[in-house]
Amino acid sequence: MSRTIMTVDDSASARQMVSFTLQDAGYEVVEAKDGQDALSKLDSSVGMIITDLNMPNMDGIELIRTIRGRAEFKFLPVVMLTTESQEEKKSEGKQAGATGWIVKPFKPPQILGVVQKLLK
Amino acid sequence: MTDMEQMQQAFYNEAKELLPELEEALLELEQNPGDPDLVHRVFRALHTLKGSGIMFGFQEVGDLAHELETAFDRVRNGELEADKALLDAALRGKDHINALLYSPEEVDPSEGQNIRCRLQSVLADKGADEAQAGSREDEDASGAQTPDEGRHVYRVRFRPPRNIFATGTDPLSLVRELAELGDAYVLAHTEDIPNLEDLDPEACFVWWDVILTTDQGEDAIRDVFIFVEEESELSIEAIDRGRLRQETEQPSRRLGEILLERGDLSQEDLQQALESQKRLGELLVEIGAVSPEQVESALQEQKCGQQAAGAKKEAQAESSLRVPAGKLDRLVNLVGELVIGQTRLAQVAAEKDDPTLSSISEELERLSDELRDNALGLRMTPIGSSFGTYRRVVRDISAQKGKDIHMVTQGAETELDKTVIEQLNDPLIHLLRNSIDHGIEDPEERKSAGKPQQGTVTLAAEQAGGSVIISISDDGRGMDAEAIRAKAVERDLISESSDLTEKQILNLIFEPGFSTSSEITDISGRGVGMDVVKKNIDALRGSVEVESEPGRGSTITVTLPLTLAIIDGLQVRVGEEYYIVPLSAVNECVELTSEEKNKNRAGRLIPLRESLVPYIRLRELFNVDGSTPEIEQVVLVASREATVGLAVDEVIGQQQTVIKNLGRVYRDVRGISGATIKGDGGIALILDVDPLVRDVAQAEAEAEE
Repeated sequence: MSRTIMTVDDSASARQMVSFTLQDAGYEVVEAKDGQDALSKLDSSVGMIITDLNMPNMDGIELIRTIRGRAEFKFLPVVMLTTESQEEKKSEGKQAGATGWIVKPFKPPQILGVVQKLLK
Repeated sequence: MTDMEQMQQAFYNEAKELLPELEEALLELEQNPGDPDLVHRVFRALHTLKGSGIMFGFQEVGDLAHELETAFDRVRNGELEADKALLDAALRGKDHINALLYSPEEVDPSEGQNIRCRLQSVLADKGADEAQAGSREDEDASGAQTPDEGRHVYRVRFRPPRNIFATGTDPLSLVRELAELGDAYVLAHTEDIPNLEDLDPEACFVWWDVILTTDQGEDAIRDVFIFVEEESELSIEAIDRGRLRQETEQPSRRLGEILLERGDLSQEDLQQALESQKRLGELLVEIGAVSPEQVESALQEQKCGQQAAGAKKEAQAESSLRVPAGKLDRLVNLVGELVIGQTRLAQVAAEKDDPTLSSISEELERLSDELRDNALGLRMTPIGSSFGTYRRVVRDISAQKGKDIHMVTQGAETELDKTVIEQLNDPLIHLLRNSIDHGIEDPEERKSAGKPQQGTVTLAAEQAGGSVIISISDDGRGMDAEAIRAKAVERDLISESSDLTEKQILNLIFEPGFSTSSEITDISGRGVGMDVVKKNIDALRGSVEVESEPGRGSTITVTLPLTLAIIDGLQVRVGEEYYIVPLSAVNECVELTSEEKNKNRAGRLIPLRESLVPYIRLRELFNVDGSTPEIEQVVLVASREATVGLAVDEVIGQQQTVIKNLGRVYRDVRGISGATIKGDGGIALILDVDPLVRDVAQAEAEAEE
């Protein structure tokens, strides 16, 4: 079982919040600042991805689509971060192959709950 | 024995069950603070201890239990929090009660007073906070799910979309998550799975019906499926309300009953008619209206519903009978003798070729098989009953060593022979102690290594085929194979030049004489007294091995047979000697022709499909007289490490084998684990497959060099 999680967000503070929460719970975290950065850092040690949707260079939807297109990450759990108002984005993300979502703003226990649910 | 003494004895017995239960509940409560079920369990145990204690003249036990009970009554009412101070006091109280009852000579007379003082200080502290806590409690009460609504039965049908895997979702993990909410009966519908040639391995064709009895609400169930709800077919229905009551309240009389009453029909005729009648489910399946799975699922729902309706309250108090272990042992012995007798009868029947005798023998075989399974089943207890003790050990040792350790247990429901569980106690405690002592680092060290400060020890049990696998893992510093190797060379266990895999090196820690002092532990992380652990496990016919990743932790895996008494075996013959190979280790049997033997291969190998498998002759291994036949039989046996062949003269067949221990002198013979009595009264030795496999594999490796 991999305990490494990648967090993708263009906001450093948002990444940090996810990282701290996960590291505190004993997970290893890889940070990436956008979709492209994520793809360059993604390897088989990563067991799950938590990605924001709105990002420069490559956004979350595109990232999910690209990941799903690659055989080795076809079944990797990918969780997207959305806001209440982004219903459309959410369904777009699901179309692209997102496993689940976390609605911003969130609290640490929510992230952990989702991680424990999906990272087996 | 006077009446009073007899009653006191009953109390001793009762307390022996209550105290571990109390301890377990307290420890669990520490992990799940505020869980009302656990609080209730603690309360109940204390309550019984108090009542019975006073009744049978154990005043001090009763008084102490009473005070603890008072405290937990307040916890139950939400007036007090079950925090560490209270749990500490309660655990000390439990120990004190234990001492008062079972080792009164060791009781510290001031301990009772100490505990009482602590308890009072806990209660006093909380009293001051109470006024402030008032407002928060109100909030809790409104926010919490309506308590005491009780358990309900739900039917959950979950039909994920075919492409569910494409979103990175594992539907099975959702079903498991659902099952964790309560008691679940899970039925997978597999009827949609197409033939292999049409099967898309990346699509999900299976769907599930889950009958869930839970005290959680529908929302909790829905939450499980939160990410897939829109795409999936999901229905959640409460099935125990209202409807069932109607059914039970007005039982209409059945046709058979009426006819019987009128004297038109005899009981026998009715019975016969009923037996020949097909059940509704079968009929429906026959006309193709529903699938067998659907019937099975509906029947299960019916059962759960009936159970929930009929025995809502009584469900907890499952009727059980206490039987002294000695009686069970005697029963198992007798069943063993019966099995031997039956084997003899089967042999005679086969020789006589008398159809009447054969049919009696077969009938008897069926019965003795069933009797055997039942008798052995009586001795099986869930290993979870001893988890409480281990949790306590972890708690105490980690406190003593100043380490912060969280213990996770898995597979508490795994069943094992009671004797095995008891004899596992010492080795498992030793392994846990080692994990905590040498495996897991100090909090500071962990912090600087970038790990969470709290270390985790996992004790997991699972059943796999005829064995139970128990593993103890920690996320500590792991073991250093180089250091172990160096030590082993120094102790003359291996030579400087030995070519060992890392796994083989790690397992050297189980060798006698590997470590007699503690210095090694600082380097390697492990090693004290592991040979003793191995000896204990060996005595249970089990095996133990270790895996480790430096910096990330170690896992020790203990594999044990389900039972010690009777196994299924394959009888083989070499010359005039008979041996039993445990069937669980046998993969297949192949012939070894003289032509094959004469092929010049390095070492002794037989071709098996794509590969070559090394083999040995039992004849040579055990120095049996006579010469090998033209065509030998090779029994392929597997251990966790390798598959090897055992060449014998003849494979006789499968047979139930009652294990008899060899005398003390022969106990340590390598490759033999016991003996059994054959059908004709002769004796067959039972092979111990693991060491044999290891020897053959090693000989083969050497031959290759």
